[in-house]
Amino acid sequence: MKAIQNSPLIVDQLSMRYQYKPVLTDVSFQIPEGKTIAVVGPNGAGKSTLLKGIMGLEPTMSGSIKFFGQPLDQKRLAVAYVPQREESDWDFPINVMDVVLMGRHGQLKFWQRPSAQDILIAEQALEQVSMLDFKSRQINQLSGGQQQRVFLARALAQKASLYLMDEPFAGVDVTTEKAIVELFETLKTQNKTIVCVHHDLNTVSEYFDWVLLINARLIAAGPVNEVLTPENLNKTYGGRLSLLNEMTEKLYRSNIDRVHDNG
Amino acid sequence: MISDLWILATASLVAISCSMVGVFLVLRRMSLLGDAISHSVLLGIVLAYLIAGSRSVVAMMIGATLIGLLTAWLSNALHRVSKLQTDASIGIVFTWFFALGVILISIYAGQVDLDQECVLYGEIAFVPFDTIIWGEQDLGPRALWIIGGVFIVNLILILLAFERFKLVAFHPALALSLGVSVSFWHYLLMTMVSLTTVASFDAVGAILVVALLVIPASSAYLLASSLRSMLWFAAGYAQAAVLLGYALAVWLDSSIAASIAVMAGVLLIVTVLVLQWQKQRHGIKVKATVLDDTFH
Amino acid sequence: MGDFVAYNPSYWALFVEFWQLNDPNAVWVLIGSALLGLSASVIGGFAFLRKRSLMGDALAHAALPGVMTAFILFHANTPILMFLGAVSSSFLGLFLMDWLPKNTKIKPDAAMAITLSFFFALGLMELSYIQGLEVAGKSGLDKILFGQAAAMLPHDIYLLSIVAIIVLIMVALFFQKFRLIAFNRSYAKSIGLNIPFYEVLLALLIVMSVVIGLQIVGVVLMAAVLLTPVAAARFWNQNLPGMLMTAGGIGAISGVLSANVSYMAPAMPTGPWMVVMLFILFVISFLFAPRKGLLSNLAQQRQLRRHVCDENVLRTFYILNERHPVNDKKEHSAIDLGLAFGEEAILAVRGIAIGKLKQTLQRLEQKGLLSRTHDTDGWRLTEMGMFAAMTLTRRHRLWESYLTEQLDMDVNKVHHYAEQIEHLLTDEETLQIEQALAQQGALRDPHGRKIPDSRNHPIQDEVAK
Repeated sequence: MKAIQNSPLIVDQLSMRYQYKPVLTDVSFQIPEGKTIAVVGPNGAGKSTLLKGIMGLEPTMSGSIKFFGQPLDQKRLAVAYVPQREESDWDFPINVMDVVLMGRHGQLKFWQRPSAQDILIAEQALEQVSMLDFKSRQINQLSGGQQQRVFLARALAQKASLYLMDEPFAGVDVTTEKAIVELFETLKTQNKTIVCVHHDLNTVSEYFDWVLLINARLIAAGPVNEVLTPENLNKTYGGRLSLLNEMTEKLYRSNIDRVHDNG
Repeated sequence: MISDLWILATASLVAISCSMVGVFLVLRRMSLLGDAISHSVLLGIVLAYLIAGSRSVVAMMIGATLIGLLTAWLSNALHRVSKLQTDASIGIVFTWFFALGVILISIYAGQVDLDQECVLYGEIAFVPFDTIIWGEQDLGPRALWIIGGVFIVNLILILLAFERFKLVAFHPALALSLGVSVSFWHYLLMTMVSLTTVASFDAVGAILVVALLVIPASSAYLLASSLRSMLWFAAGYAQAAVLLGYALAVWLDSSIAASIAVMAGVLLIVTVLVLQWQKQRHGIKVKATVLDDTFH
Repeated sequence: MGDFVAYNPSYWALFVEFWQLNDPNAVWVLIGSALLGLSASVIGGFAFLRKRSLMGDALAHAALPGVMTAFILFHANTPILMFLGAVSSSFLGLFLMDWLPKNTKIKPDAAMAITLSFFFALGLMELSYIQGLEVAGKSGLDKILFGQAAAMLPHDIYLLSIVAIIVLIMVALFFQKFRLIAFNRSYAKSIGLNIPFYEVLLALLIVMSVVIGLQIVGVVLMAAVLLTPVAAARFWNQNLPGMLMTAGGIGAISGVLSANVSYMAPAMPTGPWMVVMLFILFVISFLFAPRKGLLSNLAQQRQLRRHVCDENVLRTFYILNERHPVNDKKEHSAIDLGLAFGEEAILAVRGIAIGKLKQTLQRLEQKGLLSRTHDTDGWRLTEMGMFAAMTLTRRHRLWESYLTEQLDMDVNKVHHYAEQIEHLLTDEETLQIEQALAQQGALRDPHGRKIPDSRNHPIQDEVAK
């Protein structure tokens, strides 16, 4: 694979499993800076798991991940993660402003409260997604699209350079979809990089510069116009599980990785 | 009269401390782990009695906290090693610990100043008679001092790390992605739950404490719009349950601790019913306006 | 309580007396406890599969106020009254547990804890109120908290046995339906099964088991009788009928043992003893069960480690032979695999502890795969060893070819996958890989080394495993 200059994210031989089922096997890629990148693949292909593995939220079997050439712990604040909307408790007693301020927590010690400066940053982030009017609204009074924009504002408030978003376009209204696309443009002008799990093949070439095709392993990675070929899509969506998956599952089941000497 | 005040003061502190940590248990969906810890803590208390040989507060606190953390850890380990569901492994661990505690109490009934009654009901009625005497001075009930101390520790921790507790409770994965050690805050919370249940043991026993942990916090969850207000509501519900429960106990000549827990539940039911009634009335109103619109 | 003093020699006498089965009352208690353990464990199995393990805990606690209310209303303490009171309040608890999360923001776990603690508190409040009343028959009521088998009378046990048998019969009748719902709810729905009916039926059976357990186990620890046996049985059996039978057996044994304890120390609460027995049986299952137990797992792992070591050394022999100058110019099919190598040569190619290597070499010699050379201090492959080494190398290199050719993996990174998979591939799978390769019967691996062909080796039939 070609080495990319100043790649904000380099994933090397990442493998993940769920119990004995291989979810991702040997995924390696690098992404270019200042671009929007879609992670595309069928349901259950491991797209969300990939983001979680990259962020260290789920255990990985093997592989290394570098952010701007360094491990995650060195670069935490430069990386903002936007979880799937369904994964949080929207009944939680909290208002919009408080959620956005959580983006500033990485910078704060545990006993510190957000400063006036932090609040200003949070307000700017809300402004960017046109949600400033809702800042004291309870989160359970928001529509799905508004909830998504709040999560985006939270990520913006972190002032990161790399954004990892899990299905931001899922189940949102047209206004929100437009707002997110505009936000992508603004972020790109600031040379920020965005990686998105995306499920709608029709809009990939419209919204994204790059694409990673995933189905349990990396099928292809590169600029949209080069990668989105019928052949690659067929490989990604064309059902048949490879021998690799079968054998990898057998490998995990045997627990051989625990006894092998790696000599 | 003065002893009634001591009882009320102790009960209030117990209820408020429990509801305070209970808020985080409810938000983190760990009510059942709270239930498990409060049961297991009994074993810690009994072992502390047997080993330290006296009613030493420090030994009790250490014993119960260790057992409490062990419950949380062992349930998790069992879940991982044997691939049992989480709640199944919790159930296996805490019933075992609790059973051992009860057996030890029965066997060493002579040596341990504990019996099944106080495991079940606590002995809040006797709280005023077990006082701390310092020099010539009677400083008030021992149980009150203990729960007072734990209340202050809880309060300081929550005030100090308020933002962290909020973040971890709201979205553990998000917290993790920001570099916050979720497991540290988890075990800290479990320590607070253990300490609070031990300190409440004298007053309400090992089982009724679950009601105080979960019920006022759940009532508050229904009404609160922020974490801060949820904590206030929970404390309010807890205090109201203490006052009403005490009155009920005097009226029926029933156990004070049980009556307080019952009143906590009654308050929750009333809250749910009022909210349900409001929702229905509101629903009818919405329907009416829709009808209005179609008419015009 | 408290008449249980450690080291009292008369306990042994009591133990023997119990097992002589001369005391009819003790026999009844024995039968009752066994039946309770059996039926509760079996029905608990379904709650476990429905991922509602702690439901039994909440339902048992919820039974308490029913018993107390029945007493307050009728001032009597008959088994039937107790049973009806407990069943109705358990059902009320079940309803609340279900209603709260569906209609309010309260989450299922909190709803369970709320139901459990509220009903229990209510029951305790009523009990303490009853203690203040001047009525007869109240003395046995507090026994349902922790159970007291020895205090049961024959008519208690008749009712208990009948209900336990009804529960078992219902399980047998509806076994297929319950299994279907437990394993694949949406499928069961799609074929038109009346799921709400079966759910309520299952809940009713759980409630009945909980209620008959009140006098033996008590409400506080009933959860363990529903839950622990099936968790233990999971280590012994894979299929559901076997699992339920094992669970029932474990439940029955613990019931019998606690009846025994209750006979020896009548004032002791029985429930905690039963839970401790169950936990001991659980730990035994966890450690010693064949195949899924911890010790068996460790033994399997040890076996696997040896197996891997053996095969690694065999393949090292192949590589050493292949690289040897003698074979430099030879056709691949003709290379000599019978050269002898010392420990140092092996260690130079493969990182392995020297002690472990010596053991492995000896093991391979015993298996007839290696033979010691007497003139030099070395080892060489036997005919059978050559075949094994070729087969392994073939699998390794075919897999490497597959990964690079079919999956575009980096040539430099495929080795460690092959290193592990070579130990696991069957002949059939090797054939599958071969067929997946573009060039059938590929001769070279991605590193450019030849892939040995062990298929038509004369020794193949002899070593067919």
